[in-house]
Amino acid sequence: MTTQAMDFTLSRDAFGHLSLTDAAGERHDHVQVVRAFPIAAPDEGISLLSADGHELAWITHLDQTDPATRQLIDETLAARDFMPVLQRLKSVSSYATPSTWAVDTDRGPTRFVLRGEENIRRLPGEMLMIADEHGIQYLIKSLPALDAHSRKLLDRFL
Amino acid sequence: MLTNTMATADTASTPLLPEPWHTHLQSALAPDESIEAWLTLDLDDTLRFSDSVLVLTGRQLIACATDGQIAAWPLDAAFELHAHDHAGVGSLTLQNETARQAIWRFTLTQNPAALRFCRRFDQILDALREGREAGPVPAVLCAQCHAPLPPDEDDCPACSGSIDQPPSTWTLFRLWRFAKPYKGQLLIGFLLTLAATGATLVPPYLTMPLMDNVLIPYQNGQQIDTSLVVLYLGGLLASAVVAWGLGWMRTYILALFSERIGADLRTTTYDHLLRQSLEYFGNKRTGDLMARISSETDRICVFLSLHALDFATDVLMIIMTAIILASINPWLALVTLVPLPFIAWLIHLVRDRLRTGFDKTGRVWGEITSVLADTIPGIRVVKAFAQEKRESERFREANRVNLEANDKLNRVWSVFSPTVALLTEVGLLVVWAFGIWQVANNDITVGVLTAFLAYIGRFYGRLDSMSRIVSVTQKAAAGAKRVFDILDHASSVPEPTNPIHLKGVKGQITLANVGFRYGNRAVLRDVDLVIQPGEMVGLVGHSGSGKSTLVNLMCRFYDVSEGAIRIDGVDVRSVPVGEYRKHIGLVLQEPFLFFGTIAENIAYGKPEATRDEIVAAARAAHAHEFILRLPQGYDSLVGERGQGLSGGERQRISIARALLIDPKILILDEATSSVDTETEKEIQKALDNLVRGRTTIAIAHRLSTLRKANRLVVMDRGRIVEEGDHDTLIERGGFYWRLYEAQQRQVEGEALTPSLTPSMPNAHTAGVDAEPTLK
Repeated sequence: MTTQAMDFTLSRDAFGHLSLTDAAGERHDHVQVVRAFPIAAPDEGISLLSADGHELAWITHLDQTDPATRQLIDETLAARDFMPVLQRLKSVSSYATPSTWAVDTDRGPTRFVLRGEENIRRLPGEMLMIADEHGIQYLIKSLPALDAHSRKLLDRFL
Repeated sequence: MLTNTMATADTASTPLLPEPWHTHLQSALAPDESIEAWLTLDLDDTLRFSDSVLVLTGRQLIACATDGQIAAWPLDAAFELHAHDHAGVGSLTLQNETARQAIWRFTLTQNPAALRFCRRFDQILDALREGREAGPVPAVLCAQCHAPLPPDEDDCPACSGSIDQPPSTWTLFRLWRFAKPYKGQLLIGFLLTLAATGATLVPPYLTMPLMDNVLIPYQNGQQIDTSLVVLYLGGLLASAVVAWGLGWMRTYILALFSERIGADLRTTTYDHLLRQSLEYFGNKRTGDLMARISSETDRICVFLSLHALDFATDVLMIIMTAIILASINPWLALVTLVPLPFIAWLIHLVRDRLRTGFDKTGRVWGEITSVLADTIPGIRVVKAFAQEKRESERFREANRVNLEANDKLNRVWSVFSPTVALLTEVGLLVVWAFGIWQVANNDITVGVLTAFLAYIGRFYGRLDSMSRIVSVTQKAAAGAKRVFDILDHASSVPEPTNPIHLKGVKGQITLANVGFRYGNRAVLRDVDLVIQPGEMVGLVGHSGSGKSTLVNLMCRFYDVSEGAIRIDGVDVRSVPVGEYRKHIGLVLQEPFLFFGTIAENIAYGKPEATRDEIVAAARAAHAHEFILRLPQGYDSLVGERGQGLSGGERQRISIARALLIDPKILILDEATSSVDTETEKEIQKALDNLVRGRTTIAIAHRLSTLRKANRLVVMDRGRIVEEGDHDTLIERGGFYWRLYEAQQRQVEGEALTPSLTPSMPNAHTAGVDAEPTLK
């Protein structure tokens, strides 16, 4: 399955789903696009899965795709990837959990409830992943790069 | 046509649309058009956080953006509205038979509301297609989660009590709950403290007459009055002896008291922990939980028995000293007390920093124990892959973080104590200076000054030790917070408020519209299944298809996210958890044996079982003979994970365990997966005995295990895809047939190369503890 980008074609149907036609000319509907390493290496290892979850194609790096395919993949991923990057911690309701956090993210300001300190996970490279009570994951790309106020608030939970 | 629906919309069932949406929408609605349902969308098309609203009326679907921009879709019989979710984002797709019309997105926070919105949409469209009026929103469903409400309860068992309040910062006072039973002891302890402190204040007071009536007159040429000296010295000795006796009694009584509080706290926390759902344990680290229950409660206990006691004594002493000083000479007393506000201010200043510091060291300590709890049980893997160095590095790293946190704390802490000492010295200096001036002015005698100096020597000494209370109090408060975190966590499998007691369970299980999500992943969707009493149902499907989750829900290890599970028609959430589980026998893929004898392990679910019952159960489970072959028979000790017994033997013990409690419902979760085919036959015989006459739900990857099943339920990606007996499903040539064919081929392959694959290939099932955890 280490096929390069060019032995299949992608298209979008009227329902907004992706369809893939493979080298043998077989058409697969409802194709899903999945990042293999959404945090560590988002642009590497993109997998195209059939509706029942079998891998149809593997793209080693997004750069290897032609512009049309790349656009389709980007669009699909944009509508699917949801991991707001937390840029600023404005306030927390209490230092004890559950605590409601008001934050600025790359997707605009929002609030969420942190259930417990264990929902803050350290990732390699000073990154943090915070899961709220509904399982939405917020990413802090670099802890030292946050402003002092946010770091001070966050420090109470680490 | 819409007049009737309008009437229902006016009732409480449809909440009013909040502002500013209401104003925005006025222009889009016809005067007689009413709102049937509405949904707040908190994401826009590009998945940015932004509020908009989706409104359903009897005639159209209206989307209203933040800026008041409106888009409307007149309802069409061909419309369909689909809800999906992935990784925390839900989407609603409006489509007809040819193309997608629109897509809206929202976070999972809105998911229950979105599902409700969809249902209402379906109801209205159904009505539209059939040309009738849509009825009112069915009232029997819970407004929040769409689960059907139990007939005689107002509160939805799924939703009630799910709102958390952050615990207050005055956590230590919450320990009063545990102190209450020992009120009497506490009162005696307090009175003793009062008396003992009073007794220690007598000696400095006696220095005053000793100085003024004995020493100064002698210096002025008078004889020493021996009787007076004896009286005063006797007074000194007596007060010291009394203070000793009282202090001893007080310390003993209060130490007993605090030990009991500590023990109560520990057991209560542990009891509470045991009642938590599996979800809770999945999300917590074992080492952290262990640290909270063992070392944190101990810290609180030490705080109560030593530090809090000392502190109370100190406060009493300061108050009493202040009163005595003021009664001797108010002016000098005032000067003596001048440093006090400074020290109080300093304490206040440092308190916050210390508290966060101690809170942090507590968490870091949990990290260290977590590394241990991780590595020690997995030591075989560590050694096999020669990763001792890496694990040692991990431990070193956790220790480094611990050091760092403590270093930071100590920087603040180290300045604190010397500063208090300095202030004390300065205070003494002030008293000396003011005292000499007063003596020179003949306002006070030398004896008074001596007494003052003797008092404040103790007084400031106590202040210094009192300042130490700050750190230990913060430590204890941080510990108490972490303990109360456990105590405050309401079980996500809550005990019902109005429990319904099951009388004589028949064993019918109904799953109605069951949905379950794990974190942000929907594991089960719309599962409908009725299992009749005595029926054996086999659950079949790929790993990850939701079989184990379904079984965990039936055991009520978790509660459903949507829909309901009923036993004999009663919602399982309205039956007390313990009572419900008494009717369920569970045999897992990895049988867990506790440390103890085999007999104890068999009788785990029914400790009062007689020896005859235990033997009978073991016989029926085909375990009797191998148990007899062990040197100590039923009294043989088995270790933590049942070392010394083979997988098949352990499994048969766990079957005997399930047999002994004689449950009406039996759940076999891959009971034979971890053993070879020969052993499986043995176990199978045992299982056949177990299954007889009980409602049985069996999960098996090896389809041959399910030959006795009355019905097979095939699951795929969280849904039931096929149902029927083996022959029907094979005839249908669908999902089950493919699964069966694939296995047949593997069996043949195995027959050819038996040495390569000694056991059947098992797609591992996500068992109870192998569920993906949300961390």
